[in-house]
Amino acid sequence: MRFGIVVFPGSNCDEDALYAARDVFGQDAEYLWHKDADLKGADVLILPGGFAHGDYLRTGAMARFSPIMAPVRAFAERGGPVLGICNGFQILLEAGLLPGAMLRNRGLKYRCEHVYLRVEQTDTPFTSAATAGQVLKMPIGHGEGNYFAPPEMLKTIEANHQVVLRYTDPQGRVDEAWSPNGSVNAIAALCNDARNVVGMMPHPERACEALLGGVDGRVIFDSIVRSPKGFALQGIGRRLQPSQTA
Amino acid sequence: MIDAKVLERHGVKPDEYERILAFMGREPNLTELGIFSVMWSEHCSYKSSRVHLRTLPTEGPQVLQGPGENAGAVDIGEGLAAVFKIESHNHPSFIEPYQGAATGVGGIIRDIFTMGARPIALLNSLRFGALDAPGTRRLLENVVAGIAGYGNSIGIPTVGGEIVFEPTYAGNPLVNVFCLGIAKQSDIIKGVASGVGNAVYYVGAKTGRDGIHGATMASAEFDDKSAEKRPAVQVGDPFMEKLLLEACLEVMQTDALIGIQDMGAAGLTCSTTEMGSRGGAGVEIDVSLVPQRETGMTPYEIMLSESQERMLLVAKQGREAEVERIFEKWDLHAVRIGHVTDDGLLRVKERGVVVAEIPNRALTDEAPEYHRPMSEPEYLREARQLDLDTLAAPSDQNATLLSILGSPTIASKKWIYRQYDHMVRTNTINLPGLGAGVVRIKGTDRALAMSVDGNGRYCYLDPRLGAMLAVAEAARNVACSGARPLAATNCLNFGNPERPGIMWQFAKAVEGIGEACRALDVPITGGNVSLYNETDGKAIYPTPTIGVVGLLEHADHVVSRRFQESGDAIVLLGEGRGELGGSEYLKVMHDLVRGVPPALDLDAERKLQALLVTLAGERLMRSAHDCSDGGLAVTVAECCFDTNGIGAELSIEGAGVSREVTMNTAAALFGESASRVIVSVVPEHVTTVLQRAAAAGVPARVIGQTGGSRLRIAVAGEIVIDQSADEAERVWATSIDKHFAHRVA
Amino acid sequence: MRARVFVTLKKSVFDPQGRTIVDALQSLGYQDVVDVRQGKYFELDLATTERAHAEKLAAEVADKVLANPVIESYRIEVD
Repeated sequence: MRFGIVVFPGSNCDEDALYAARDVFGQDAEYLWHKDADLKGADVLILPGGFAHGDYLRTGAMARFSPIMAPVRAFAERGGPVLGICNGFQILLEAGLLPGAMLRNRGLKYRCEHVYLRVEQTDTPFTSAATAGQVLKMPIGHGEGNYFAPPEMLKTIEANHQVVLRYTDPQGRVDEAWSPNGSVNAIAALCNDARNVVGMMPHPERACEALLGGVDGRVIFDSIVRSPKGFALQGIGRRLQPSQTA
Repeated sequence: MIDAKVLERHGVKPDEYERILAFMGREPNLTELGIFSVMWSEHCSYKSSRVHLRTLPTEGPQVLQGPGENAGAVDIGEGLAAVFKIESHNHPSFIEPYQGAATGVGGIIRDIFTMGARPIALLNSLRFGALDAPGTRRLLENVVAGIAGYGNSIGIPTVGGEIVFEPTYAGNPLVNVFCLGIAKQSDIIKGVASGVGNAVYYVGAKTGRDGIHGATMASAEFDDKSAEKRPAVQVGDPFMEKLLLEACLEVMQTDALIGIQDMGAAGLTCSTTEMGSRGGAGVEIDVSLVPQRETGMTPYEIMLSESQERMLLVAKQGREAEVERIFEKWDLHAVRIGHVTDDGLLRVKERGVVVAEIPNRALTDEAPEYHRPMSEPEYLREARQLDLDTLAAPSDQNATLLSILGSPTIASKKWIYRQYDHMVRTNTINLPGLGAGVVRIKGTDRALAMSVDGNGRYCYLDPRLGAMLAVAEAARNVACSGARPLAATNCLNFGNPERPGIMWQFAKAVEGIGEACRALDVPITGGNVSLYNETDGKAIYPTPTIGVVGLLEHADHVVSRRFQESGDAIVLLGEGRGELGGSEYLKVMHDLVRGVPPALDLDAERKLQALLVTLAGERLMRSAHDCSDGGLAVTVAECCFDTNGIGAELSIEGAGVSREVTMNTAAALFGESASRVIVSVVPEHVTTVLQRAAAAGVPARVIGQTGGSRLRIAVAGEIVIDQSADEAERVWATSIDKHFAHRVA
Repeated sequence: MRARVFVTLKKSVFDPQGRTIVDALQSLGYQDVVDVRQGKYFELDLATTERAHAEKLAAEVADKVLANPVIESYRIEVD
């Protein structure tokens, strides 16, 4: 499988994503420079973390105007698997590839720590190797991860089972006290209606090696690496029942 | 036109002006005087400290680059180098905490990538007034936010550090930032200008009026008028720096550069003269070519501006287009502003007209150098007196332990480090709070450990011994992680050197650093001196902070402070002598900063550190924690924390330092004797560990075992601490958070 | 002409910064400050002398770039 890692000026987890795909999972992986409108034959795209264009206006706000975003959008619309991690998630929101928006963390501070996440949906190309209800421990590192969607939009998101991961306590129970940022409905990861585009605030690429203190991020990469190409297209319509509701 | 008032405003002393006249053979114009004033400021010239710094050990087979360049470098094997340095940003951080701290981070990162190294880790050493004193929380919050705002954005993890709260720093906080990078040894590039006619390029942010006279500001004491100097504060732009970082590293791969230097203190002036001076060349630039953010800037302002995120580089002839193209890729414009000459002069033109012309050497090598008068300060005789028998002996050691664990200097710093991205780059294998910061080096089996440490209280009571203890502690922390200490960098924070007592403190501390670095074989490869840390005539405690870098041959041999399993033996390496001078115990329980700091036997320390590296390499210890601030009881408690509730039970002897039994108990529990480490060992390895210790000449004995849910310590056969480990952890973990829970924004 | 664009979070969106500020002000004794909304302010220098064109341009830029319609609303002044 060939990973394309999109590099914006200000991306800073691009090397980490490439390292995970290439060195930890032994896949082909290549950087895709934001000024080039060329996906170089990638089978899966990662929009990595960072602070694209400085995030000076809003997180992710300028990156969506980069030349690479037109082919990224076309790739997504064809059903190609796209994963936005952290800033990459914020960019997908700003680009309208995922619904909603990010606010500053409830505590107004950047938070870097491990959090607990419950897998809600396993019919996305990035969670197919997980089991519904499984609790994952993964690092976060963000100042604006407080996910927001207006009530109507939120209703649709939940009705379509688009919430992929929720912040929980170590036992997998949603609990405000365990949410690092105040996201509505404890949303940590989200997919589009077609389920091939996933955005997540936690960093799976930081949790793929025991030496780094945890391997729960592997399941995200395992999912995409193990699935046949074009998973997302086949995946549509075979949604699992939601294991629980928030 | 240059009169006494102008000289005073520039901080140029009359005798220094005489020297300037002699070098110039004429009266300098205002631009030239400005250039002299910044280059001869304490900050740039080290005029008070140079004679002392020269005595430091700076060489060793491991040293690839010692002091004098943008950063030091050491050999870490496999053709790689670790490039690192620590620097202060104390004064700017007091005036504007967020930007001061942020630009401090930006500056040290530039120093590292300027050498051709990719920065991979940051540490910081912070000192503030008491946490509950007015103003401290605001300062702390903004300094931390500034460090986070810059480091997190640019994507370099902050993997550790230290924070101390002590009233002496209330009017003069210390913000020392350390950065480490990795380079191929063959890729290391220096800050030199050479080759007549080679183009001198300016790249990065545009020049504004910000920071003019920042270098002279950092060389003067604070007073009520400091607030008026506010415009001198620089504003950082981490996004620009990220572009510069990537573009510069890419350019360096092409071999098209002669040299490169960042524009830090004294901006364009310092970079042009230092590069010329190092290359034995001259540099000619035209300020009208310098990209400017504001209109109507004079040559004086352009030369002295300290706008951030700017670099000066010299390209090889014929390679200019290549250099320019790479910067364009990153949306940066490298602008040719001059060229290298053979006349050894800094020549500044404005639209072709010469506006300043000064011999480089006059600004660098020939800058003033002072043997300032020194004398032992008077406070010492009194402060070193400590009669434990006059103190009320503590009745409840449990309560004492909790008080010390809750002291902000000892308590968990999670509230702070969780604001720093400490995991980006996916190399961090010892997270903050667990001991030295450790990062693996991708593509190898290796890892680097790093720690910054200092103890102003000890240095106040004995600057020489205190500085030695700081070196020993930093190296010991590195060794506790399993790494062999390689080299050090220092940041020397002191008061006004024109006062003989301060100069004495400085000289003694440098002596101590030199002696300890020699004994532990950690040469100093660079650093920074910050003087005039005073407010209203009151100096801070003399505070040298030492950064030590060490090498782990195998990353997976890394060891943290945490107990791993119940039933392991707890082994004390080294010996306690119940030393309470300058301790956290005296400060917290008796509000005293008194006595003589713990004695340090450098030979014993060296043996201990070597043993730790051996034990880690043979996987004989499961955890290791330096026993220093707060003493043995606090150390063991910390070994229990973040373990999901592993307790410990141990038994030690009382100390013989007082007539009171309870005071002897307290001294055994909370004394801060040096060269001690608490390690945990699987039962079947205990014999081997004790044998290894005996062979290494290190005292070692089993003092207890891990397990249960309580922390139970017997002293002289009597259980004096019996405490739920969870409860102790709660006190330790929440102490700093509490100060921010019900606060005003 | 010059356009000023004021961007704030929509009333329906919780503004943690504004909340923190209002709490702080009230604890300082400013009980009459009942709410604070924090926002962003942009000054656009426009190469046009036509008011209608300036307004259209500013609105377009605000819609497309300066504000995120999911969470933010904006107001424009032109002179």
